[in-house]
Amino acid sequence: MSAVIEEHHDHHDHKPTGLTRWLFTTNHKDIGTLYLWFSFAMFVIGGLFAMVIRLELFQPGLQFVEPEFFNQMTTLHGLVMVFGAVMPATVGLANWMIPIMIGAPDMALPRMNNWSFWILPFAFTLLLSSLFMEGGAPNFGWTFYAPLSTTFGPPSTDFFIFGVHLMGISSIMGSINVIVTVFNMRAPGMTLMKMPMFVWTWLITAFLLIMVMPVLAGAVTMMLTDRHFGTSFFDAAGGGDPVMFQHIFWFFGHPEVYIMILPAFGIASQIIPTFSRKPLFGYASMVYATAAIALLSFVVWAHHMFTVGMPLAGELFFMFATLLIAVPTGVKVFNWVATMWKGSITFETPMLYALAFVILFTIGGFSGVMLAMTPVDFQYHDTYFVVAHFHYVLFPGAIFGTMAAVYYWLPKWTGNLYNERWAKIQFWLQIFFVNLTFFPMHFSGLAGMPRRIPDYNLAFADFNMISSIGAFGLALTQIIFIAVVIGCIRGKRKATAQVWEGAQGLEWTLPSPAPYHSFTTPPKVD
Amino acid sequence: MSDMPTPNPDQANRKLALKLVVVAVVMVGFGFALVPLYDVFCDITGLNGKTRGQALYTAKTVDKERSIKVEFMAESARGMPWVFEPVVRSMRVHPGEQYEVTFLVRNKANEAITGQAIPSVSPGEASLYFNKTECFCFEQQLLAAGETLEMPMRFFVDTQIPESVHTITLSYRMFNISEQTDASVAKQ
Repeated sequence: MSAVIEEHHDHHDHKPTGLTRWLFTTNHKDIGTLYLWFSFAMFVIGGLFAMVIRLELFQPGLQFVEPEFFNQMTTLHGLVMVFGAVMPATVGLANWMIPIMIGAPDMALPRMNNWSFWILPFAFTLLLSSLFMEGGAPNFGWTFYAPLSTTFGPPSTDFFIFGVHLMGISSIMGSINVIVTVFNMRAPGMTLMKMPMFVWTWLITAFLLIMVMPVLAGAVTMMLTDRHFGTSFFDAAGGGDPVMFQHIFWFFGHPEVYIMILPAFGIASQIIPTFSRKPLFGYASMVYATAAIALLSFVVWAHHMFTVGMPLAGELFFMFATLLIAVPTGVKVFNWVATMWKGSITFETPMLYALAFVILFTIGGFSGVMLAMTPVDFQYHDTYFVVAHFHYVLFPGAIFGTMAAVYYWLPKWTGNLYNERWAKIQFWLQIFFVNLTFFPMHFSGLAGMPRRIPDYNLAFADFNMISSIGAFGLALTQIIFIAVVIGCIRGKRKATAQVWEGAQGLEWTLPSPAPYHSFTTPPKVD
Repeated sequence: MSDMPTPNPDQANRKLALKLVVVAVVMVGFGFALVPLYDVFCDITGLNGKTRGQALYTAKTVDKERSIKVEFMAESARGMPWVFEPVVRSMRVHPGEQYEVTFLVRNKANEAITGQAIPSVSPGEASLYFNKTECFCFEQQLLAAGETLEMPMRFFVDTQIPESVHTITLSYRMFNISEQTDASVAKQ
């Protein structure tokens, strides 16, 4: 196998240059880099939408934007962050790291890899161009419930639909690539149960993507035909059922939340052992727990819709199935803690982020357990408590995981050390502001503040002002983040191959920066 | 697997990728299959409160011991300029006995409009036992401008209805389907 690969690659060993390098690249490291920069750009755009939301909510009453525009902001903020920031970031990490973690020369399907990235800018141009159209951008929330999105959706909804189609195609191609790479390209001796946890969590994520992105594509296609071709999938007048939209959407939507968080689980499972200088505790149980979470995610979707008027049996089933997910998740959290137990821990920035991830994700998990309980969910439904919950699992969960990964592998990518001092300052500011932003939302939510509303009762004024101040601060810390990253790219202090004292794994056997073509001869894994 | 030397890795990759594409395509199909599955599931369990088609009344036994309250609701959907209301808002019925009620509609618009009433029964499980032998919702109504119509509805409640059900609410929503019918007329 090695001979074939060498033959295949030795004719373009040098790095191509210029714009065409990025347009036509089939190199997994280039494509990973593209994904990561794209994701950051979307993070900034989605963040700007969040700033508009928090600015309007700074005080009760309507100050800055019309309610109609506010709805467009909440919708686009959600869509851009989910499909533009979080998902491409993890795909970028997968592209960069999976081949060099399993000793493969590249991803299995490099041309498709190029394609799956370059679809994304078109998808988001379609989606974001709707802001400048007559009737405005989609305004029905990122969950696009029918009939809001069908009968009452603005004309630009069709751009949204085709944007989602493209994002789906991109994700499916990306995940096919991951699965084929992991199954076919591992170095000799790298058995499945020797793979790094990040590879495992991404493999399971890829299966989730292949299973549910097509269902989402089906849902938006039904919307399209309902809007223009006279079908009545979600239209009661023609014999359809709008509640069915919610079932189909959440059949995609719940696995989707694990698609966003599983790679972060993998990242924490790489970083915590490194800085505890101990192997990961309970590796096999980590693998099985991840698989269990993924399987359970297919049978819990209706916990997002307890208030649609489900029979008691349905409420009980979805409540207990949901609570069951706490068990494998608990296994993971305890394993991370046990990995640290009696380890020689140091607190470099990646470790700080991984620790913050474990603690704050667990808080988000706890509020998830509260929401899973049907009787109380009737009170929490559609309040800021839900907003607090999913932002805790997404920002200090998925995004902190991604940032931990960036700090952890940045020396490997660039060959330079980042500025540890500024990285730590960034971390402490960010963890302060992230809690300042999202923690008060628990209280305003419990007190009954509804989500997706531009104005609110005076009683919620203080909590909202605190949240808004936190959000502005959180935005500013991203400037430090990008400054540290750029500083590292241009940095002078060279990193060693291993970078971190406790780092184990194939990627650390490569020199820093990782060469453009790596593992053209498969390494030996014992 | 990479543990064993493969003669042509590109071919193996293409093969697995194709299999995964098939999985993705099947999942698109599954997404659409959820629609009939949902209907069948709801039909069996009555979960979404949809009533079944026309039933036949075969007078067997009437359970005079039980009396269930049946409430009627009627409203026009958005964009439907009809007044739509039940003559009787609630009544008590014995399971097994057939009753007839009347709904009134009046077209307030100055043009002819076609309407379609969509029923829904709450609680959902009661929809399995709520039988309609005649209903205006089985067909469309075409009302000329300003026209008024009395629409009958005959029903009986099955004697098998669970003891836990004391009240059944039957709600109708009248939709304006003129556009769809115009389109279908134009096609013909």
